[in-house]
Amino acid sequence: MVKKKDYTNGLPDPSQLKEEILKKYPRKVAKKRDKGMIINEPGKEQEILANVRTVPGIITQRGCTYAGCKGVVLGPTRDIINLVHGPIGCSFYAWLTRRNQTRVPEGGDNFITYSFSTDMQDENIVFGGETKLKEAIREAYEMFNPKSIGIFSTCPVGLIGDDVHAVSREMKAELGINIFGFSCEGYRGVSQSAGHHIANNGVFKNVVGNNDRPREGKFQVNLLGEYNIGGDAFEIEALFEEAGISLLSTFSGNSTIESMEYSHTADLNMVMCHRSINYIAEMMEEKYGIPWIKVSFVGAESTVKSMKKIAEYFGDAELTAKVDEICEREMAKVKAVVAEVRPAVEGKLAMMFVGGSRAHHYQDLFKELGINVVSAGYEFAHRDDYEGREVIPNIKIDADTRNIEDLVVSKDEELFRDDLATKKSELEKAGYKFSDYVGMMPEMSKNALVIDDVNHWETEKLIEFYKPDVFCAGIKEKYVVQKYGVPLKQLHSYDYGGPYTAFDGAINFYKEMQRMLATNIWKLVDTPWKNEPEIVGSMTIDA
Amino acid sequence: MFENAPILKSTKDYTATRNACKLCAPLGASIAFKGIRGCVPIIHGGQGCATYIRRYLISHYKEPVDIASSNFTEEATVFGGGANCYTALNNVIGQYNPEVVAMCTTCLSETIGDDVNLYMHNYKEDNKHENLPHIVTASTPSYQGSHMDGFHEAVASAVKTFAKAGAKGKHVNLFPGFVSTEDLRQLKYILSDFGLDYVMLPDYSDTLDNPIWESYKRIPEGGTPISEIETCGSAAASIEFGTIINQGSLSGRVRSKSLSSTAASYLENEFGVENHQMPMPIGVKLSDTFFNALEKISGKEMPTRYKRERGRLIDSYADGHKYIFGKKAVVYGEEDFVIAMTTFLDEIGIKVVLAATGGESGKLESEIRKYCPERGEKILAKNHFDYENIHEWCQENKPDLFVGNSKAYYIARELNVPIIRCGFPIHDRIGGQRIKHVGYSGTQELFDKVVNALIEYKQDHSPVGYKYM
Ligand code: SF4
Ligand code: SF4
Repeated sequence: MVKKKDYTNGLPDPSQLKEEILKKYPRKVAKKRDKGMIINEPGKEQEILANVRTVPGIITQRGCTYAGCKGVVLGPTRDIINLVHGPIGCSFYAWLTRRNQTRVPEGGDNFITYSFSTDMQDENIVFGGETKLKEAIREAYEMFNPKSIGIFSTCPVGLIGDDVHAVSREMKAELGINIFGFSCEGYRGVSQSAGHHIANNGVFKNVVGNNDRPREGKFQVNLLGEYNIGGDAFEIEALFEEAGISLLSTFSGNSTIESMEYSHTADLNMVMCHRSINYIAEMMEEKYGIPWIKVSFVGAESTVKSMKKIAEYFGDAELTAKVDEICEREMAKVKAVVAEVRPAVEGKLAMMFVGGSRAHHYQDLFKELGINVVSAGYEFAHRDDYEGREVIPNIKIDADTRNIEDLVVSKDEELFRDDLATKKSELEKAGYKFSDYVGMMPEMSKNALVIDDVNHWETEKLIEFYKPDVFCAGIKEKYVVQKYGVPLKQLHSYDYGGPYTAFDGAINFYKEMQRMLATNIWKLVDTPWKNEPEIVGSMTIDA
Repeated sequence: MFENAPILKSTKDYTATRNACKLCAPLGASIAFKGIRGCVPIIHGGQGCATYIRRYLISHYKEPVDIASSNFTEEATVFGGGANCYTALNNVIGQYNPEVVAMCTTCLSETIGDDVNLYMHNYKEDNKHENLPHIVTASTPSYQGSHMDGFHEAVASAVKTFAKAGAKGKHVNLFPGFVSTEDLRQLKYILSDFGLDYVMLPDYSDTLDNPIWESYKRIPEGGTPISEIETCGSAAASIEFGTIINQGSLSGRVRSKSLSSTAASYLENEFGVENHQMPMPIGVKLSDTFFNALEKISGKEMPTRYKRERGRLIDSYADGHKYIFGKKAVVYGEEDFVIAMTTFLDEIGIKVVLAATGGESGKLESEIRKYCPERGEKILAKNHFDYENIHEWCQENKPDLFVGNSKAYYIARELNVPIIRCGFPIHDRIGGQRIKHVGYSGTQELFDKVVNALIEYKQDHSPVGYKYM
């Protein structure tokens, strides 16, 4: 094996690596990529270029707007029929690929196992697909009798001029159930991120606030941006339940449209994946006065911090005592496992390139094990996810951003919770942070290399330079990385594993790392950097 | 009983497709193009198509699958995707230095009427002095066909682009259609054992099923070289697996385009290369057809090795038949796969009760009757079926097993019957890409799997734990 670099005195300066990566790009591409790669210096204001179009021909891991809207945000919700208007592929590829789980109560609806598509054919493209869409909606209604149907447009739809919103309105009137459309054609945005925003808008406009049901719990909360991959949400729900916190609705793992309809009756919104869902949190605060806080249940310490933050918000002695009791009990279990696992993995190197919040959240789990994160980045994040929420006013608005409607939301005079607004300002005076999100960069080590929208070429160079012990990303990178003799842990879908949230999830993850890092099979793999020839092929053609 | 073959109660044709039993065209084209040496496919459309398609292929093949995209923006949908196309080409050439670039279209680029061939022409003109890679295109809008149409469109297009006339040679062309990487390897052994020189297109046996590497290869080794494809026009004969091939969609391609000809039929018409078209060689009968053709073309007798394989296979049929005879199976997937698989199951005494596909040639039934002459009529053969059609049908007609890809697992699970995973896609098992189907030895593996699955089922559900058969 190659001798490992010694990182005990801090991470090495990767300037040379960066240079080497950029050297191979055409000039224009290099300029752009340069701004998307930051050598981290906590404490210093550093700006990263994020949420900009991927250069054609550079292989990205990003998906499309439709993927973010249908696949990510609405996909996990079980009581809505998600009907994809378009040719077959877009729908097929989003058919349960994210491993979202859901628990259906006796007699409840569950449509997430279906992928519905209008499967557009030649004549629909030529003559328009609205008639077929209407037929498909009627059919879905007859067959399943759902309470709501969502229509998702894929690329050709916008171009042939089908109006999914008009069709939705018409069918809503005809069938008497909630039907709404999304103009989430794949080309509309830079990545799935645009689709998140479109989904947030649609759900806020068409779902939230439809049911003003009376209170049912003392501490009513919503969890936003948790999609129950591998059963993550179940872990969190169990915690809340034991603490006596009523979870009204989750957006959108193990959840229902029905619960989103009364989500505006909550006392607090907790935002887990800030990137995909902060829009709804913002709009709910403006309209209903519900404050939001950022939480994370990835990592045992983060779970403790988040639970205590909720208890502090409610300021109820009994709740606080209960939360303390749970945390103490669970942390004892967690510490025992950490004590066993940590010596075997401490000092190992990890890198992670994933999502719009996961690459940040998962660093906590690695910290708990003493594993160094040497390089990280997101796939579809914006600057604030890297640098912190305070940079939002300074983010340049480009054509792609303007493409997506910014809903104008006004205060609901009747339902606005003045009491919560007051509570918020009081707590804020005492130093409690609302509407805040610390970015990934301030929390990473000096000299860590932060890269947005990392591509194949960069991945190769990174692996050669750092020789990491584990690489976290998704299925698309998995076999590239493993060809280098480096194990890859999927943080989108967990390779059939999970859950990894809350205390038991953390334990689960520690053990997974122990297994992954201890396996003998990598000894059979000749690490390629041992006999790496010079890179062949020039990259000098200008874009 | 089988005599009262169940008839689908509701023949209602659903408007929506619910859990489709087909994938989209550029996916198929990308697989085929991956079987050309040094080829990097580019999908001309929104980046989502390429990402989704890569995701799907990677989870089946468990290999790096590099497919680029021209990343359409809103602007490109208005002004055309030419600029994106050129940038993508520049960057792919710059990064990969490929021998071949294959450009597939999508629903999006086809809807706006982007003329990719014109773009390619212009690109070549503009870069006359550069040492450009070969360029091949495929028109693959999914509203005109499924992944199979895309696959065969790519194969046909490569042949049309590169094949040249020439003095007739001794070599044969083999167009294996959409088979597994292990199948491709088997076919190469067989052809070599017959002493034949051959051009097999596509050949992704290495490119999509790589060994571990000593150094990272941006473009995996293997695949059919262009220089070989060029000689397709002078081959002694072609063998083409599949009798449906790219007639999968009645709605578009076949009717409206000149693309209905397959690679082998094009070579026959254009260069007079005799075409032996036949179903995929699964089962004794269909493998015999293939081996007979090889005997005829090569003028050689079947090598002993295969005679023995064949003999062993039939011997095992005799050993195993009583565990499977009369069992009811549902077979599903691509049309040519379904036809061959049904023929094989029929041959071993399994009653295929439903043969279903999302393909739309309208010929599944007649083909199945042709190849299962005795019982074909009793087999319900359905084009334009999705998994929910299959699901509904099974509610009333519970089969004993499913034969096909991973996608019907949820139905098999609900009915608590075994599923024999084969075909594509398989993403809930390891080694899906390596499943062997073709020839006597492929059939042998399938046969053992089928029999053992049914024995295991019986054993697991028996109140007594027999461990002796
Ligand atoms: S637009 Fe067409 S090519 Fe792209 S994923 Fe959808 S069906 Fe496939
Ligand atoms: S066609 Fe558009 S919506 Fe469909 S997968 Fe491609 S980019 Fe996404």
